[in-house]
Amino acid sequence: MAHSARTDCPELPDFFLLKRLARDQLIYLLEQLPGKKDLFIEADLMSPLDRIANVSTLKQHEVDKLYKVEYKPIVSTSDQLCFLIRPRIQTVKWICDVANADKATGRFRRYKIIFTPQKFYACDAVLEEQGIIGDVTTDEWSFYLLPLDDDIISLELPEFFRDNFLAGDQRWVRTAGSALHLLHSLYGPFSKVYGIGRCSKMAYESWREQVEEGEQKARQAEIGKVFLIDRDVDFVTPLCSQVVYEGLVDDIFKIKCACVEFGPDVTSSDKSIKVMLNSQDRVFNEIRNEHFSNVFGFLSQKARNLQTSYDKRRGMDIKQMKTFVSEELKGLKQEHRLLSLHIGACESIMKKKTKQDFQELLKTEHSLLEGFEIRESISFIEEHINRQVSMIESLRLLCLLSITENGLLPKDYRSLKAQYLQSYGVDHLLTFANLRQLGLLVEQQPGETLTVMESKVGKLVNDRTGGETGFLFNLLLITIFVSLRIRAGVPKSDEEYDLRVPRDMAYIFSGAYVPLSCKLIEQVLERDGWTGLEEVTRLLNGHEFAVTGYGADSKAKNDAQRIILVMFLGGCTFSEISALRFLGRERGCKFIVVTTAITNSSRLIEALLDNLV
Amino acid sequence: MAFITANWNPLGEAFYRSTELYEMCWNLRDGLRDCLVAAAPYGGPIALLREPVRRSPSSRPQLEIYSASGVAIASFPWKSGPVVQLGWTVSDELLCIQEDGSVLIYDLFGSFKRHFSMGQEVMQSQVLEAKVFHSPYGTGVAIVTASSRFTLATNIDDLKLRRLPEVPGNTWSAGEPTCWVVLTQDRQTKVLMSNGPELYILDTTSCTAVVPPGLGPQAGSIVHMSVSFSYKYLALFTDTGHMWTGSSHLCRRPKSQQPSVVLMWDRLLMVAGVSHDTIQFPLEDPCVLIGELDGVRIISSANQELLQEVPLVCQEIFKIASMAPGALLLEAHREYQKSSQKADEYLREIKEQSMLGEAVRQCVEAAGHEYDSNTQKSLLRAASFGKCFLTDFSPEAFVSTCRELRVLNAVRERGVGLPLTHTQLVYRQFYPLAIEVCRYLKIPDYQGVSRVLKHWASCKVQQKDLSDEAIARAVCVKVGDSPGVSYSHIAAKAYECGRPELAIKLLDFEARSGEQVPLLLKMKRSQLALSKAVESGDTDLVYTVVTYLKSEMNRGDFFMTLRNQPVALSLYRQFCKLQEQETLKDLYNQDDDHQELANYYVTASYREKRLESRLSLLQTAVDEYNKAKNEFSAKATEEEMRLLRFQRKLDDEKGAGLLGLSLQATMEALLALGLHKQAEQLYRDFRVPDKRFWWLKLKSLAEKEEWEELEKFSKSKKSPIGYLAFVEVCMKSNNKPEAKKYVSKVTPEQRVKAHLAVGDLEGAADAAIERKSDSELAAVLARCPASDRQLLDRLNRAAAAAAKK
Repeated sequence: MAHSARTDCPELPDFFLLKRLARDQLIYLLEQLPGKKDLFIEADLMSPLDRIANVSTLKQHEVDKLYKVEYKPIVSTSDQLCFLIRPRIQTVKWICDVANADKATGRFRRYKIIFTPQKFYACDAVLEEQGIIGDVTTDEWSFYLLPLDDDIISLELPEFFRDNFLAGDQRWVRTAGSALHLLHSLYGPFSKVYGIGRCSKMAYESWREQVEEGEQKARQAEIGKVFLIDRDVDFVTPLCSQVVYEGLVDDIFKIKCACVEFGPDVTSSDKSIKVMLNSQDRVFNEIRNEHFSNVFGFLSQKARNLQTSYDKRRGMDIKQMKTFVSEELKGLKQEHRLLSLHIGACESIMKKKTKQDFQELLKTEHSLLEGFEIRESISFIEEHINRQVSMIESLRLLCLLSITENGLLPKDYRSLKAQYLQSYGVDHLLTFANLRQLGLLVEQQPGETLTVMESKVGKLVNDRTGGETGFLFNLLLITIFVSLRIRAGVPKSDEEYDLRVPRDMAYIFSGAYVPLSCKLIEQVLERDGWTGLEEVTRLLNGHEFAVTGYGADSKAKNDAQRIILVMFLGGCTFSEISALRFLGRERGCKFIVVTTAITNSSRLIEALLDNLV
Repeated sequence: MAFITANWNPLGEAFYRSTELYEMCWNLRDGLRDCLVAAAPYGGPIALLREPVRRSPSSRPQLEIYSASGVAIASFPWKSGPVVQLGWTVSDELLCIQEDGSVLIYDLFGSFKRHFSMGQEVMQSQVLEAKVFHSPYGTGVAIVTASSRFTLATNIDDLKLRRLPEVPGNTWSAGEPTCWVVLTQDRQTKVLMSNGPELYILDTTSCTAVVPPGLGPQAGSIVHMSVSFSYKYLALFTDTGHMWTGSSHLCRRPKSQQPSVVLMWDRLLMVAGVSHDTIQFPLEDPCVLIGELDGVRIISSANQELLQEVPLVCQEIFKIASMAPGALLLEAHREYQKSSQKADEYLREIKEQSMLGEAVRQCVEAAGHEYDSNTQKSLLRAASFGKCFLTDFSPEAFVSTCRELRVLNAVRERGVGLPLTHTQLVYRQFYPLAIEVCRYLKIPDYQGVSRVLKHWASCKVQQKDLSDEAIARAVCVKVGDSPGVSYSHIAAKAYECGRPELAIKLLDFEARSGEQVPLLLKMKRSQLALSKAVESGDTDLVYTVVTYLKSEMNRGDFFMTLRNQPVALSLYRQFCKLQEQETLKDLYNQDDDHQELANYYVTASYREKRLESRLSLLQTAVDEYNKAKNEFSAKATEEEMRLLRFQRKLDDEKGAGLLGLSLQATMEALLALGLHKQAEQLYRDFRVPDKRFWWLKLKSLAEKEEWEELEKFSKSKKSPIGYLAFVEVCMKSNNKPEAKKYVSKVTPEQRVKAHLAVGDLEGAADAAIERKSDSELAAVLARCPASDRQLLDRLNRAAAAAAKK
């Protein structure tokens, strides 16, 4: 990326240790059930497990056959069954069914359930209720953190979002606290912890409790600061279409555990290929954070360079050729393969995204973010619903509209909802109830129109004059959900915004909007706390905190202080990660993103659907 | 120092010695005759009950408690029933087992703590004999009744009575045991009993006859048996005077181990080992024997002795003419003190064998085993002397032995009376001494001082003369936030003593709210327990409390309690959603949450297969939505019901397979089936927006390629979705000629797009130029191939003209 990156960014700590710890514990647990056994793995644990221990490792520890948990009667002939599952009641019930079916046929087997990352009391309650608590042994595999890349660590708990924010079920909070505790004990002590959101605060407290219970070892910190943020602090960012390459690939091809499956249309052959997307992939590493409009140009340049490298062969004598083949050729071939895959992916994306529909969709999104041509946007959404373009996309646009306009006018709210129900069925009444509960799609309360809000904010801004206001104004505008460049008198700058040389984090949304989550992080780090942001946090429902680390060395190594861990509770998007990487390069620091799961607009909305009970 | 071996007696290859521990401070008039005596192991206290068998109902025996050195601790008249057996628990509580099977527990200071019973059956048939035993699970009690049935409890703190099976039919003595012992092995507690010459092992399920190897029937009946402190060895004594020793598994013991047995007759004490030798000690007084880990304590009315095998290391050093390095070092040091050059000779001798390190080690170890402080001193001095000639000898063993001996000697003082470990010290309420000992021994705070403090606090809360307030304050001041002291533990003690208010006060000091919950539940402060659980952030704990409340309270109260705790409520709701749908309904009902109730019925309706039940559930949902004043949802649900009925009708009439589809999908399906009339009926009945219907019909007709119908439709009235849609839909079906028909009808604003859509560049260019629109010109330009110069020029000129304006 052509920008004025600082060259003094510190090195990231090595997270390989996390994988090793997880693998060792798993092996230990498997050995607790000696002899041959069949292993049943919960479907969404398959990929994470694969990153920790491959099939041959499992086989080495006497795992005979591997099955996916499918909630059906099983066919295994083994006398020992081991279940590797999330602590979900549904799965535990299924295991009870399996065991009870065996009992009914007089078959004796040994059952072991390994819960990961932890067991809940409710699981035991179910085992007891179904009368098989005496027949199974249970264990916990404290596999909290899966490093997806050098700077991304995931808890791989997509249900965190719905459970915590919609159902108000706080059982995962402690899990988040434990994850933080693990990081703290391996890479801490943290010198400063900031956070915003109710869940963040609770996770923080749970972590502190665990620190106090355990013994503390003095060690050299590798991570200096921590920022915790709840997903419900910023819903706008994950609802936007992603236009940075990595995010776009996620939106279209769905990245799973840093791995994507490119279909035949990308590979231009008749089979699909699974590709790991991380910093090991040199081609991907260079384009992942780029705005999509630059990617193609970059790739073709790369292709030309590659050709030149290949062309070097001509005019080589035999000896040179030999070195070329043994040293360079393999790398070139690898690069060649990746390059052609990404070019294929780009073409596929282009095909989809250059369609009229998508352009208009983006335009509408930007209009919503910038707060103009609202009526046109509403008709666009209406048409979108009427034509049944996409169940998820329509909801996404509705939510975006509601948030940016501080609620829908009662008339619009009703008619759009009615239209949606006609299109997709009345069962979505429940979906709407969910969206309303989360504040994603609400009716505007009288006296709280955007204009009223704006005047409030305006007054607030006028109260504070001086150097700070410029920024505060800016942030407040984002805070009331819109980057109101137009209304604030800043000329609309789409044409001027050079996406190749980004000025700020807004580049990840083509310059239309600075992601609020990242902006908050930037500001809090800059101010070393929340001072001056009181009004902003009030608008964001508060629960902010900033704590100076306990027992942390104030003269700690300078480098560690520039390694900042950002933990998203409820998921974060690739766009946000890209924005933070950009921020890191600008400020000479590095961000490590820890998230309960990687999310995007469709995952977010799908988590809130309630039509398929 | 030859006199050290004076009290050594050889037995086979080993030596035995008896050391006087104390001259007893007590003054017993009648000696130990006619007394029930129990002494706790590890140098613990001694309990004495005089004349347990009452001579007359009016006479009350005296129960006395002494320290091991005979210092009186407590004394009181026994007022309860006849006592069969006394015993001490591992935590120095006194157990008094009565004839009727009830067991009374007193603390070290003679105050009553609690009692329990060994069972109904025992009460009737009376306890014949009882034994108190110790195992890794705590202290247990075993009894045998007059009807020869054994009952045992492995841990009196977690009382589970187990009745052992009957000994199989024995005609001549009704199975009455001659003698018996309790064994703890393989994590099981068993009883070994003899009945004449026969030997049985009783465990929970079975009674097995056993024969110890090598003990023939000619040996006679077994009249005594004894098991070692570690439960590893067993000794049997028969009426013919034979003795059998072996492992308690009743197999021959391995040769290398040499247990020996102490036997006592009225006037004779005898030590018997493997060899045919014995050691005999005459006795003047009746005595009591107490088995210890490493010896036997012999208590008589006048003094107390420890009889033990001389530890190997002491043997090596003190054995006459021993040439062990330790012995030489001790000698060297003695000569050194006399300033004799012989010291050097001895030292050289050790060093030549390079055994100096070993010599020092031996001296240090032997000092640990010696009871006399002078012997300890000379050994330690010798060790310290030898250490000077070593460069890399780790002093740790030496230092810790010195420290430990210092402590052991201090507690062996007559006034304290010989507890051996610091925990035992604490139980005797010598708190300041205990704390000092902990600090001196450098025991980490959380293991040492904290434990002392915890024990102190637990005693403090039992002081009845102090107010709750005062005790709470005193405890808080002293305990502060010492690591490892749990306020909830102290509070539990207070509650046990019947001071719930104090318990709650103390719980407030507990920093971890999770710790407070179990006790609060026990105290039936469920509301408080729930809020503390919520505070702790541990959802498992919340859930535990919720389940507890659910079983304890009636449904109404339970729901009310939950209502005040949203966190607990949502947790329970989540559980109900998956496990107990009906409860969920009750929950919403209780809260008058009509909105959620309605949603619940909607959800339920989708699980229902039969249309009638589904409709009735939806009707309930409508009612609830109305109650919740959610007209929108009520109306939507009503419409859904109408739609369902409509679909059912059509399914019956035409077999259309519509049931359950959304309105849109229904119309789509109808159109696809050519049922235009019915589709239009829906369109009118459900007030479907024109736009939607037009889109739908447009797409449907195009898909079926009914172009004539489409054209008719386009002319039926002015299209609410414009005509660009027609163009695009036709193009999607790859029908350019049809698409072109509609281009002319498109509004001027969209005309450029329409032309472009059908690929008519000229037309697009004309329209754009006419409209003089920048962006539209640009759009056409972008699509214009470089080969078409003429068109490019035209467009560029127009663009320039538009820009000028």
